[in-house]
Amino acid sequence: MGETITWLTSSEQWSGDDGIPARLIEHIWYSALGVVVAFLIAFPVGLLIGHTGRGSLAANSMSNFWRALPTLGVVILVFRIEPLSIWPVLVALVVIAIPPILLNTEVGIRAIDPGIRDAARGMGMTGWQALWRVEVPLATPLILAGLRSATGQVIATATIAAFVGLGGLGRFIIDGYSVRDIGEISGGAVVVAVLALTVEGVFALLQRSLGPKEGRRQRRVSGPAVQPEEVHA
Amino acid sequence: MKKVLWLLLAAVLALGVVACGDDLDDSNDSGSSGSSQSSDSGSTQSITVGSANFPENVVLAEIYAQALKAKGLDVQTKLNIGSREAVFPALEKGDLNVLPEYSGALLSYLTKAKSDAKEINAQVTDIKANLPDSLTVLTPSAAEDKDTITCNKETVDKYGLTSIEDLAKVGDQITIGGPPEFAKREGFGIKALKRVYGAEFKKFQPLDVAGPLTVAALKDNKVQCANLFSTQSAIPANGFVTLEDPKGLVEAEAVLPLIDKKSATPDVTETLDAVSGKLTTDNLKELVKRVEVDKDDAETVASDFIDEQGLGSQ
Repeated sequence: MGETITWLTSSEQWSGDDGIPARLIEHIWYSALGVVVAFLIAFPVGLLIGHTGRGSLAANSMSNFWRALPTLGVVILVFRIEPLSIWPVLVALVVIAIPPILLNTEVGIRAIDPGIRDAARGMGMTGWQALWRVEVPLATPLILAGLRSATGQVIATATIAAFVGLGGLGRFIIDGYSVRDIGEISGGAVVVAVLALTVEGVFALLQRSLGPKEGRRQRRVSGPAVQPEEVHA
Repeated sequence: MKKVLWLLLAAVLALGVVACGDDLDDSNDSGSSGSSQSSDSGSTQSITVGSANFPENVVLAEIYAQALKAKGLDVQTKLNIGSREAVFPALEKGDLNVLPEYSGALLSYLTKAKSDAKEINAQVTDIKANLPDSLTVLTPSAAEDKDTITCNKETVDKYGLTSIEDLAKVGDQITIGGPPEFAKREGFGIKALKRVYGAEFKKFQPLDVAGPLTVAALKDNKVQCANLFSTQSAIPANGFVTLEDPKGLVEAEAVLPLIDKKSATPDVTETLDAVSGKLTTDNLKELVKRVEVDKDDAETVASDFIDEQGLGSQ
Protein backbone atom coordinates (compact mmCIF):
# COMPACT_ATOMS: atom_id res chain seq x y z
CA MET A 1 0.00 0.00 0.00
CA GLY A 2 2.78 2.38 0.97
CA GLU A 3 4.68 1.49 -2.20
CA THR A 4 1.62 2.24 -4.30
CA ILE A 5 1.17 5.67 -2.74
CA THR A 6 4.86 6.48 -3.08
CA TRP A 7 4.73 5.53 -6.75
CA LEU A 8 1.53 7.45 -7.43
CA THR A 9 2.70 10.60 -5.70
CA SER A 10 6.27 10.76 -6.99
CA SER A 11 6.63 13.65 -9.41
CA GLU A 12 8.51 11.69 -12.09
CA GLN A 13 5.34 9.65 -12.69
CA TRP A 14 3.42 12.74 -13.71
CA SER A 15 5.45 14.01 -16.64
CA GLY A 16 7.09 12.88 -19.84
CA ASP A 17 6.34 10.31 -22.54
CA ASP A 18 6.00 7.52 -20.04
CA GLY A 19 4.28 9.44 -17.25
CA ILE A 20 0.76 8.83 -16.05
CA PRO A 21 -0.87 11.66 -18.07
CA ALA A 22 0.66 10.48 -21.38
CA ARG A 23 -0.22 6.84 -20.68
CA LEU A 24 -3.73 7.84 -19.61
CA ILE A 25 -4.31 9.67 -22.89
CA GLU A 26 -3.06 6.65 -24.86
CA HIS A 27 -5.32 4.40 -22.83
CA ILE A 28 -8.37 6.59 -23.41
CA TRP A 29 -7.53 6.74 -27.11
CA TYR A 30 -7.36 2.94 -27.50
CA SER A 31 -10.54 2.51 -25.47
CA ALA A 32 -12.52 5.20 -27.27
CA LEU A 33 -11.45 3.88 -30.65
CA GLY A 34 -12.47 0.35 -29.66
CA VAL A 35 -15.89 1.39 -28.38
CA VAL A 36 -16.63 3.71 -31.33
CA VAL A 37 -15.70 1.11 -33.94
CA ALA A 38 -17.68 -1.56 -32.08
CA PHE A 39 -20.66 0.79 -31.86
CA LEU A 40 -20.53 1.56 -35.58
CA ILE A 41 -20.74 -2.17 -36.28
CA ALA A 42 -23.02 -3.40 -33.50
CA PHE A 43 -25.59 -0.59 -33.32
CA PRO A 44 -26.91 -0.82 -36.92
CA VAL A 45 -26.92 -4.61 -36.78
CA GLY A 46 -28.72 -4.54 -33.44
CA LEU A 47 -31.31 -2.10 -34.80
CA LEU A 48 -31.89 -4.23 -37.86
CA ILE A 49 -32.31 -7.43 -35.91
CA GLY A 50 -34.47 -5.83 -33.24
CA HIS A 51 -36.68 -4.07 -35.77
CA THR A 52 -37.19 -6.96 -38.16
CA GLY A 53 -37.01 -9.71 -35.54
CA ARG A 54 -34.90 -11.76 -37.93
CA GLY A 55 -31.43 -13.15 -37.33
CA SER A 56 -31.76 -12.96 -33.57
CA LEU A 57 -30.55 -16.49 -32.92
CA ALA A 58 -27.56 -16.05 -35.21
CA ALA A 59 -26.64 -12.80 -33.51
CA ASN A 60 -26.93 -14.36 -30.08
CA SER A 61 -24.87 -17.41 -30.98
CA MET A 62 -22.27 -15.24 -32.63
CA SER A 63 -22.09 -12.93 -29.63
CA ASN A 64 -21.71 -15.81 -27.22
CA PHE A 65 -19.02 -17.32 -29.39
CA TRP A 66 -17.16 -14.01 -29.52
CA ARG A 67 -17.36 -13.62 -25.80
CA ALA A 68 -15.71 -17.00 -25.39
CA LEU A 69 -12.70 -15.95 -27.48
CA PRO A 70 -9.67 -15.43 -25.28
CA THR A 71 -8.68 -11.80 -25.74
CA LEU A 72 -4.98 -12.47 -25.49
CA GLY A 73 -5.34 -15.09 -28.24
CA VAL A 74 -6.99 -12.53 -30.51
CA VAL A 75 -4.22 -10.04 -29.82
CA ILE A 76 -1.51 -12.54 -30.67
CA LEU A 77 -3.32 -13.77 -33.77
CA VAL A 78 -3.67 -10.26 -35.19
CA PHE A 79 -0.16 -9.43 -34.07
CA ARG A 80 1.16 -12.14 -36.36
CA ILE A 81 -0.53 -10.45 -39.31
CA GLU A 82 0.02 -6.80 -38.36
CA PRO A 83 2.86 -6.58 -35.86
CA LEU A 84 3.60 -3.35 -34.01
CA SER A 85 0.49 -1.52 -35.04
CA ILE A 86 -2.68 -0.63 -33.19
CA TRP A 87 -4.58 -3.40 -35.01
CA PRO A 88 -4.05 -6.26 -32.54
CA VAL A 89 -5.43 -4.17 -29.71
CA LEU A 90 -8.20 -2.56 -31.75
CA VAL A 91 -9.51 -5.89 -33.03
CA ALA A 92 -9.45 -7.42 -29.57
CA LEU A 93 -11.28 -4.47 -28.02
CA VAL A 94 -13.89 -4.39 -30.79
CA VAL A 95 -14.49 -8.11 -30.35
CA ILE A 96 -15.25 -7.72 -26.65
CA ALA A 97 -17.30 -4.53 -27.09
CA ILE A 98 -19.63 -5.76 -29.82
CA PRO A 99 -21.73 -8.33 -27.90
CA PRO A 100 -23.09 -6.06 -25.14
CA ILE A 101 -23.85 -3.22 -27.56
CA LEU A 102 -25.46 -5.47 -30.15
CA LEU A 103 -27.55 -7.54 -27.77
CA ASN A 104 -28.76 -4.57 -25.73
CA THR A 105 -29.72 -2.65 -28.86
CA GLU A 106 -31.57 -5.64 -30.23
CA VAL A 107 -33.35 -6.42 -26.98
CA GLY A 108 -34.14 -2.76 -26.35
CA ILE A 109 -35.87 -2.46 -29.70
CA ARG A 110 -37.56 -5.83 -29.53
CA ALA A 111 -38.91 -5.35 -26.02
CA ILE A 112 -41.01 -2.35 -27.08
CA ASP A 113 -44.71 -2.94 -26.62
CA PRO A 114 -46.13 -3.93 -30.07
CA GLY A 115 -49.05 -1.61 -29.31
CA ILE A 116 -46.68 1.39 -29.34
CA ARG A 117 -45.22 0.28 -32.64
CA ASP A 118 -48.69 -0.16 -34.10
CA ALA A 119 -49.69 3.25 -32.86
CA ALA A 120 -46.68 4.81 -34.58
CA ARG A 121 -47.55 3.13 -37.86
CA GLY A 122 -51.21 4.04 -37.32
CA MET A 123 -50.21 7.70 -37.13
CA GLY A 124 -48.76 7.34 -40.59
CA MET A 125 -45.09 6.95 -39.76
CA THR A 126 -42.92 4.93 -42.16
CA GLY A 127 -40.80 2.06 -40.85
CA TRP A 128 -37.75 4.38 -40.64
CA GLN A 129 -39.67 7.09 -38.87
CA ALA A 130 -41.09 4.63 -36.38
CA LEU A 131 -37.58 3.29 -35.76
CA TRP A 132 -35.87 6.65 -35.23
CA ARG A 133 -38.64 8.64 -33.58
CA VAL A 134 -40.25 5.98 -31.42
CA GLU A 135 -38.25 2.79 -31.09
CA VAL A 136 -34.71 4.18 -30.66
CA PRO A 137 -35.72 6.78 -28.06
CA LEU A 138 -37.59 4.14 -26.10
CA ALA A 139 -34.67 1.72 -26.32
CA THR A 140 -32.10 4.37 -25.35
CA PRO A 141 -31.76 3.32 -21.70
CA LEU A 142 -30.92 -0.25 -22.69
CA ILE A 143 -28.62 0.83 -25.52
CA LEU A 144 -26.76 3.08 -23.10
CA ALA A 145 -26.55 0.26 -20.60
CA GLY A 146 -24.96 -1.90 -23.26
CA LEU A 147 -22.53 0.85 -24.18
CA ARG A 148 -21.70 1.32 -20.53
CA SER A 149 -20.86 -2.30 -19.91
CA ALA A 150 -18.87 -2.49 -23.17
CA THR A 151 -16.87 0.59 -22.21
CA GLY A 152 -16.10 -0.77 -18.76
CA GLN A 153 -14.79 -4.01 -20.22
CA VAL A 154 -12.80 -2.19 -22.88
CA ILE A 155 -11.08 0.13 -20.40
CA ALA A 156 -10.05 -2.82 -18.26
CA THR A 157 -8.89 -4.84 -21.25
CA ALA A 158 -6.99 -2.05 -23.03
CA THR A 159 -4.13 -2.82 -20.62
CA ILE A 160 -3.13 -5.63 -23.01
CA ALA A 161 -1.85 -3.01 -25.47
CA ALA A 162 1.37 -2.98 -23.48
CA PHE A 163 1.71 -6.69 -24.08
CA VAL A 164 2.41 -6.07 -27.78
CA GLY A 165 4.74 -3.13 -27.29
CA LEU A 166 2.15 -0.32 -27.35
CA GLY A 167 1.46 2.20 -24.62
CA GLY A 168 -1.52 2.81 -22.36
CA LEU A 169 -1.83 2.22 -18.65
CA GLY A 170 -0.99 -1.48 -19.05
CA ARG A 171 2.60 -0.32 -19.60
CA PHE A 172 2.92 0.29 -15.84
CA ILE A 173 1.58 -3.15 -15.01
CA ILE A 174 3.85 -4.97 -17.46
CA ASP A 175 6.95 -2.83 -16.89
CA GLY A 176 6.44 -3.00 -13.15
CA TYR A 177 6.09 -6.76 -13.30
CA SER A 178 9.32 -7.09 -15.28
CA VAL A 179 11.30 -5.79 -12.31
CA ARG A 180 8.85 -6.78 -9.57
CA ASP A 181 8.08 -3.18 -8.72
CA ILE A 182 4.90 -3.76 -6.75
CA GLY A 183 4.29 -0.03 -6.35
CA GLU A 184 4.29 0.49 -10.10
CA ILE A 185 2.09 -2.55 -10.79
CA SER A 186 -0.58 -1.61 -8.29
CA GLY A 187 -0.22 2.11 -9.01
CA GLY A 188 -0.97 1.39 -12.67
CA ALA A 189 -3.92 -0.79 -11.68
CA VAL A 190 -5.28 1.97 -9.44
CA VAL A 191 -5.17 4.47 -12.32
CA VAL A 192 -7.04 2.00 -14.56
CA ALA A 193 -9.66 1.48 -11.86
CA VAL A 194 -10.09 5.22 -11.31
CA LEU A 195 -10.53 5.73 -15.05
CA ALA A 196 -13.09 2.92 -15.27
CA LEU A 197 -15.06 4.26 -12.30
CA THR A 198 -15.00 7.82 -13.66
CA VAL A 199 -16.33 6.69 -17.01
CA GLU A 200 -18.90 4.56 -15.19
CA GLY A 201 -20.05 7.70 -13.36
CA VAL A 202 -20.29 9.69 -16.58
CA PHE A 203 -22.46 6.97 -18.09
CA ALA A 204 -24.69 6.92 -15.03
CA LEU A 205 -25.29 10.66 -15.40
CA LEU A 206 -25.81 10.28 -19.13
CA GLN A 207 -28.34 7.50 -18.64
CA ARG A 208 -30.25 9.60 -16.16
CA SER A 209 -30.38 12.65 -18.40
CA LEU A 210 -30.98 10.88 -21.71
CA GLY A 211 -33.68 8.48 -20.57
CA PRO A 212 -37.11 9.21 -22.11
CA LYS A 213 -38.87 11.86 -20.06
CA GLU A 214 -42.29 10.28 -20.16
CA GLY A 215 -41.24 6.67 -20.53
CA ARG A 216 -41.81 5.75 -16.91
CA ARG A 217 -42.19 2.08 -17.69
CA GLN A 218 -38.77 2.10 -19.33
CA ARG A 219 -37.09 3.38 -16.20
CA ARG A 220 -37.14 -0.06 -14.73
CA VAL A 221 -34.86 -1.49 -17.36
CA SER A 222 -32.14 1.14 -17.04
CA GLY A 223 -29.21 0.47 -14.77
CA PRO A 224 -26.70 -2.30 -15.30
CA ALA A 225 -26.64 -4.07 -18.64
CA VAL A 226 -29.41 -6.58 -19.04
CA GLN A 227 -27.94 -9.93 -19.89
CA PRO A 228 -29.57 -11.46 -22.96
CA GLU A 229 -29.95 -14.75 -21.12
CA GLU A 230 -32.26 -13.09 -18.66
CA VAL A 231 -34.29 -11.51 -21.38
CA HIS A 232 -34.77 -14.77 -23.21
CA ALA A 233 -35.72 -16.76 -20.14
CA MET B 1 -31.22 -21.81 -42.98
CA LYS B 2 -32.69 -22.68 -39.65
CA LYS B 3 -30.85 -26.00 -39.56
CA VAL B 4 -27.56 -24.22 -40.14
CA LEU B 5 -28.27 -21.86 -37.29
CA TRP B 6 -29.05 -24.73 -34.95
CA LEU B 7 -25.85 -26.41 -35.97
CA LEU B 8 -23.97 -23.21 -35.29
CA LEU B 9 -25.60 -22.90 -31.91
CA ALA B 10 -24.78 -26.52 -31.08
CA ALA B 11 -21.17 -25.94 -32.09
CA VAL B 12 -20.95 -22.86 -29.91
CA LEU B 13 -22.45 -24.69 -26.94
CA ALA B 14 -20.14 -27.64 -27.48
CA LEU B 15 -17.18 -25.29 -27.51
CA GLY B 16 -18.37 -23.90 -24.23
CA VAL B 17 -18.55 -27.36 -22.68
CA VAL B 18 -15.08 -28.26 -23.92
CA ALA B 19 -13.70 -25.03 -22.52
CA CYS B 20 -15.27 -25.70 -19.15
CA GLY B 21 -13.90 -29.24 -19.14
CA ASP B 22 -10.43 -27.91 -19.72
CA ASP B 23 -10.72 -25.52 -16.86
CA LEU B 24 -11.70 -28.27 -14.48
CA ASP B 25 -8.86 -30.53 -15.59
CA ASP B 26 -6.37 -27.73 -15.20
CA SER B 27 -7.41 -26.95 -11.70
CA ASN B 28 -7.27 -30.62 -10.74
CA ASP B 29 -3.80 -30.93 -12.18
CA SER B 30 -2.35 -28.02 -10.34
CA GLY B 31 -4.06 -29.14 -7.17
CA SER B 32 -2.60 -32.62 -7.26
CA SER B 33 0.90 -31.56 -8.24
CA GLY B 34 0.86 -29.03 -5.43
CA SER B 35 -0.04 -31.64 -2.86
CA SER B 36 2.35 -34.31 -4.11
CA GLN B 37 5.14 -31.77 -3.84
CA SER B 38 4.57 -31.27 -0.15
CA SER B 39 3.53 -34.78 0.85
CA ASP B 40 6.13 -37.18 -0.50
CA SER B 41 9.25 -35.12 0.18
CA GLY B 42 10.14 -37.76 2.74
CA SER B 43 10.85 -40.63 0.35
CA THR B 44 12.19 -39.08 -2.85
CA GLN B 45 13.65 -35.61 -3.09
CA SER B 46 11.27 -33.14 -4.67
CA ILE B 47 12.69 -30.32 -6.72
CA THR B 48 11.10 -27.47 -8.64
CA VAL B 49 12.89 -26.13 -11.68
CA GLY B 50 12.04 -22.58 -12.76
CA SER B 51 12.94 -20.45 -15.75
CA ALA B 52 12.88 -16.89 -17.04
CA ASN B 53 10.58 -15.87 -19.87
CA PHE B 54 12.60 -16.54 -22.99
CA PRO B 55 12.85 -19.74 -25.03
CA GLU B 56 16.51 -20.56 -24.39
CA ASN B 57 16.07 -20.37 -20.64
CA VAL B 58 12.94 -22.53 -20.86
CA VAL B 59 14.80 -25.21 -22.84
CA LEU B 60 17.69 -25.16 -20.38
CA ALA B 61 15.26 -25.55 -17.49
CA GLU B 62 13.58 -28.45 -19.33
CA ILE B 63 16.96 -30.11 -19.76
CA TYR B 64 17.73 -29.72 -16.05
CA ALA B 65 14.29 -31.07 -15.17
CA GLN B 66 14.45 -34.08 -17.47
CA ALA B 67 17.98 -35.00 -16.42
CA LEU B 68 16.89 -34.87 -12.78
CA LYS B 69 13.75 -36.87 -13.56
CA ALA B 70 15.91 -39.54 -15.20
CA LYS B 71 17.65 -39.91 -11.82
CA GLY B 72 14.33 -40.82 -10.27
CA LEU B 73 13.75 -37.50 -8.52
CA ASP B 74 10.31 -35.97 -8.16
CA VAL B 75 10.60 -32.96 -10.44
CA GLN B 76 8.16 -30.08 -11.01
CA THR B 77 8.64 -27.29 -13.51
CA LYS B 78 7.48 -23.69 -13.33
CA LEU B 79 8.69 -22.23 -16.60
CA ASN B 80 8.48 -18.95 -18.47
CA ILE B 81 7.90 -16.98 -15.28
CA GLY B 82 9.43 -13.58 -15.98
CA SER B 83 12.67 -11.66 -15.74
CA ARG B 84 15.42 -12.30 -13.21
CA GLU B 85 13.88 -9.60 -11.04
CA ALA B 86 10.75 -11.76 -10.80
CA VAL B 87 12.30 -15.24 -10.74
CA PHE B 88 15.13 -14.69 -8.28
CA PRO B 89 12.87 -13.73 -5.35
CA ALA B 90 10.81 -16.87 -6.02
CA LEU B 91 13.98 -18.92 -5.59
CA GLU B 92 14.88 -17.05 -2.42
CA LYS B 93 11.42 -17.74 -1.03
CA GLY B 94 11.73 -21.45 -1.83
CA ASP B 95 8.97 -21.59 -4.48
CA LEU B 96 11.67 -22.68 -6.90
CA ASN B 97 14.75 -24.77 -6.18
CA VAL B 98 16.91 -24.47 -9.29
CA LEU B 99 17.21 -22.11 -12.27
CA PRO B 100 19.42 -21.91 -15.34
CA GLU B 101 21.37 -18.65 -14.96
CA TYR B 102 24.03 -16.63 -16.74
CA SER B 103 27.17 -15.73 -14.80
CA GLY B 104 27.68 -12.12 -15.89
CA ALA B 105 24.04 -11.05 -15.76
CA LEU B 106 23.44 -12.77 -12.42
CA LEU B 107 26.50 -11.10 -10.94
CA SER B 108 25.46 -7.65 -12.06
CA TYR B 109 21.96 -8.27 -10.66
CA LEU B 110 23.41 -9.29 -7.29
CA THR B 111 25.92 -6.45 -7.04
CA LYS B 112 23.85 -3.79 -8.84
CA ALA B 113 26.56 -3.79 -11.53
CA LYS B 114 29.27 -2.90 -8.99
CA SER B 115 31.46 -5.97 -9.58
CA ASP B 116 34.12 -5.77 -12.26
CA ALA B 117 34.85 -9.49 -12.46
CA LYS B 118 35.04 -10.27 -16.17
CA GLU B 119 36.48 -13.75 -16.19
CA ILE B 120 34.31 -16.74 -15.38
CA ASN B 121 36.10 -18.06 -12.27
CA ALA B 122 36.29 -14.61 -10.73
CA GLN B 123 32.61 -14.15 -11.53
CA VAL B 124 31.64 -17.38 -9.81
CA THR B 125 33.65 -16.42 -6.70
CA ASP B 126 31.96 -13.02 -6.64
CA ILE B 127 28.50 -14.52 -7.24
CA LYS B 128 28.93 -16.90 -4.31
CA ALA B 129 30.10 -14.05 -2.09
CA ASN B 130 27.04 -11.97 -2.94
CA LEU B 131 24.33 -14.65 -2.93
CA PRO B 132 22.11 -15.07 0.12
CA ASP B 133 23.40 -17.85 2.43
CA SER B 134 20.69 -20.27 1.33
CA LEU B 135 21.72 -20.20 -2.36
CA THR B 136 24.70 -21.25 -4.43
CA VAL B 137 25.76 -21.86 -8.04
CA LEU B 138 27.13 -25.10 -9.47
CA THR B 139 29.93 -25.63 -11.97
CA PRO B 140 29.52 -23.33 -15.01
CA SER B 141 29.17 -24.82 -18.47
CA ALA B 142 31.18 -23.90 -21.55
CA ALA B 143 28.02 -22.51 -23.15
CA GLU B 144 27.77 -18.75 -23.33
CA ASP B 145 24.87 -16.52 -24.24
CA LYS B 146 25.62 -12.84 -24.11
CA ASP B 147 23.34 -9.87 -24.13
CA THR B 148 24.00 -7.87 -27.27
CA ILE B 149 23.11 -4.58 -28.86
CA THR B 150 22.09 -5.60 -32.35
CA CYS B 151 21.00 -3.24 -35.12
CA ASN B 152 19.32 -3.79 -38.44
CA LYS B 153 21.32 -3.59 -41.66
CA GLU B 154 19.74 -0.31 -42.70
CA THR B 155 20.89 1.44 -39.54
CA VAL B 156 24.37 -0.05 -39.57
CA ASP B 157 24.86 1.09 -43.18
CA LYS B 158 23.37 4.52 -42.62
CA TYR B 159 25.55 5.44 -39.63
CA GLY B 160 28.50 3.13 -40.30
CA LEU B 161 28.12 1.40 -36.97
CA THR B 162 30.52 -1.30 -35.84
CA SER B 163 30.74 -0.87 -32.08
CA ILE B 164 28.55 0.33 -29.22
CA GLU B 165 31.02 3.25 -28.94
CA ASP B 166 29.60 4.62 -32.22
CA LEU B 167 26.23 5.03 -30.53
CA ALA B 168 27.60 7.83 -28.37
CA LYS B 169 27.52 10.05 -31.47
CA VAL B 170 24.32 8.96 -33.23
CA GLY B 171 22.31 7.51 -30.35
CA ASP B 172 20.00 10.53 -30.29
CA GLN B 173 18.68 9.48 -33.72
CA ILE B 174 18.10 5.88 -32.71
CA THR B 175 15.15 4.22 -31.04
CA ILE B 176 16.33 1.22 -29.09
CA GLY B 177 14.14 -1.73 -28.17
CA GLY B 178 14.36 -4.29 -25.42
CA PRO B 179 12.42 -5.93 -22.60
CA PRO B 180 10.83 -3.47 -20.15
CA GLU B 181 13.49 -4.24 -17.53
CA PHE B 182 16.17 -3.05 -19.97
CA ALA B 183 15.35 0.54 -19.02
CA LYS B 184 15.42 -0.12 -15.30
CA ARG B 185 18.20 -2.49 -14.36
CA GLU B 186 21.68 -1.40 -13.35
CA GLY B 187 23.35 -4.20 -15.32
CA PHE B 188 23.28 -4.43 -19.10
CA GLY B 189 20.69 -1.86 -20.18
CA ILE B 190 20.01 1.82 -20.85
CA LYS B 191 21.73 2.96 -17.65
CA ALA B 192 24.89 0.93 -18.29
CA LEU B 193 25.09 2.06 -21.95
CA LYS B 194 25.08 5.64 -20.77
CA ARG B 195 27.49 5.03 -17.91
CA VAL B 196 30.05 2.98 -19.84
CA TYR B 197 29.72 4.29 -23.41
CA GLY B 198 28.05 7.67 -22.95
CA ALA B 199 25.36 6.50 -25.36
CA GLU B 200 21.93 8.09 -25.02
CA PHE B 201 18.99 7.29 -27.23
CA LYS B 202 16.11 9.13 -28.84
CA LYS B 203 13.65 6.77 -27.28
CA PHE B 204 13.40 3.43 -25.52
CA GLN B 205 10.68 1.14 -26.85
CA PRO B 206 9.64 -1.57 -24.37
CA LEU B 207 9.14 -4.84 -26.27
CA ASP B 208 9.71 -8.45 -25.16
CA VAL B 209 12.70 -10.49 -24.05
CA ALA B 210 14.46 -10.82 -27.41
CA GLY B 211 11.30 -12.49 -28.71
CA PRO B 212 9.06 -12.13 -31.78
CA LEU B 213 8.10 -8.54 -30.90
CA THR B 214 11.70 -7.40 -30.76
CA VAL B 215 12.68 -9.21 -33.95
CA ALA B 216 9.63 -7.84 -35.81
CA ALA B 217 10.30 -4.30 -34.58
CA LEU B 218 13.92 -4.47 -35.68
CA LYS B 219 12.96 -5.91 -39.07
CA ASP B 220 10.33 -3.21 -39.66
CA ASN B 221 12.79 -0.53 -38.51
CA LYS B 222 10.31 0.50 -35.80
CA VAL B 223 13.38 0.31 -33.63
CA GLN B 224 16.86 0.66 -35.13
CA CYS B 225 18.76 -1.29 -32.48
CA ALA B 226 17.62 -3.76 -29.87
CA ASN B 227 18.70 -6.06 -27.09
CA LEU B 228 19.03 -9.59 -28.52
CA PHE B 229 20.94 -12.64 -27.33
CA SER B 230 24.11 -13.82 -29.03
CA THR B 231 22.70 -17.35 -29.41
CA GLN B 232 19.74 -16.27 -31.51
CA SER B 233 19.65 -17.36 -35.12
CA ALA B 234 17.33 -14.42 -35.83
CA ILE B 235 20.50 -12.30 -35.97
CA PRO B 236 22.17 -13.90 -39.02
CA ALA B 237 18.82 -14.90 -40.54
CA ASN B 238 17.68 -11.27 -40.83
CA GLY B 239 21.06 -9.75 -41.63
CA PHE B 240 21.15 -7.97 -38.27
CA VAL B 241 24.55 -6.83 -37.03
CA THR B 242 25.69 -7.20 -33.45
CA LEU B 243 27.75 -4.23 -32.31
CA GLU B 244 31.11 -4.88 -30.71
CA ASP B 245 31.56 -4.23 -27.04
CA PRO B 246 35.19 -2.99 -26.78
CA LYS B 247 34.81 -1.79 -23.19
CA GLY B 248 33.61 -5.21 -22.10
CA LEU B 249 30.27 -4.15 -20.70
CA VAL B 250 29.28 -7.77 -21.17
CA GLU B 251 32.04 -10.25 -20.50
CA ALA B 252 31.70 -13.92 -19.69
CA GLU B 253 28.09 -15.12 -19.62
CA ALA B 254 28.41 -18.82 -18.88
CA VAL B 255 25.24 -20.85 -18.38
CA LEU B 256 25.21 -22.31 -14.87
CA PRO B 257 22.64 -23.66 -12.42
CA LEU B 258 21.57 -21.41 -9.56
CA ILE B 259 20.24 -23.62 -6.78
CA ASP B 260 19.22 -23.52 -3.15
CA LYS B 261 21.73 -25.33 -0.95
CA LYS B 262 19.13 -27.67 0.53
CA SER B 263 18.34 -29.05 -2.94
CA ALA B 264 22.00 -29.36 -3.95
CA THR B 265 22.43 -32.94 -2.76
CA PRO B 266 25.34 -34.93 -4.25
CA ASP B 267 22.86 -36.64 -6.60
CA VAL B 268 21.45 -33.37 -7.92
CA THR B 269 24.85 -31.68 -8.12
CA GLU B 270 26.31 -34.58 -10.06
CA THR B 271 23.37 -34.63 -12.48
CA LEU B 272 23.45 -30.90 -13.17
CA ASP B 273 27.25 -30.94 -13.49
CA ALA B 274 26.87 -33.65 -16.12
CA VAL B 275 24.41 -31.44 -18.03
CA SER B 276 26.76 -28.45 -17.79
CA GLY B 277 29.59 -30.69 -19.02
CA LYS B 278 27.69 -31.32 -22.24
CA LEU B 279 26.53 -27.77 -22.97
CA THR B 280 28.51 -25.69 -25.45
CA THR B 281 27.75 -22.39 -27.12
CA ASP B 282 27.26 -24.24 -30.42
CA ASN B 283 24.79 -26.80 -29.17
CA LEU B 284 23.01 -24.07 -27.21
CA LYS B 285 22.57 -22.11 -30.45
CA GLU B 286 21.16 -25.25 -32.04
CA LEU B 287 18.71 -25.71 -29.15
CA VAL B 288 17.55 -22.10 -29.47
CA LYS B 289 17.16 -22.45 -33.22
CA ARG B 290 14.98 -25.53 -32.85
CA VAL B 291 12.61 -23.68 -30.53
CA GLU B 292 12.59 -20.23 -32.13
CA VAL B 293 12.89 -21.08 -35.82
CA ASP B 294 11.66 -24.66 -36.21
CA LYS B 295 8.99 -24.03 -33.56
CA ASP B 296 9.67 -27.33 -31.83
CA ASP B 297 8.32 -27.81 -28.34
CA ALA B 298 10.88 -26.99 -25.61
CA GLU B 299 10.09 -30.30 -23.92
CA THR B 300 10.84 -32.29 -27.08
CA VAL B 301 14.00 -30.34 -27.83
CA ALA B 302 15.20 -30.96 -24.28
CA SER B 303 14.45 -34.68 -24.37
CA ASP B 304 16.27 -35.02 -27.72
CA PHE B 305 19.28 -33.31 -26.16
CA ILE B 306 19.16 -35.64 -23.15
CA ASP B 307 19.09 -38.67 -25.49
CA GLU B 308 21.83 -37.42 -27.81
CA GLN B 309 24.17 -36.56 -24.97
CA GLY B 310 23.42 -39.73 -23.03
CA LEU B 311 22.24 -37.77 -20.00
CA GLY B 312 19.22 -39.97 -19.42
CA SER B 313 21.13 -43.13 -18.53
CA GLN B 314 21.71 -43.83 -14.85
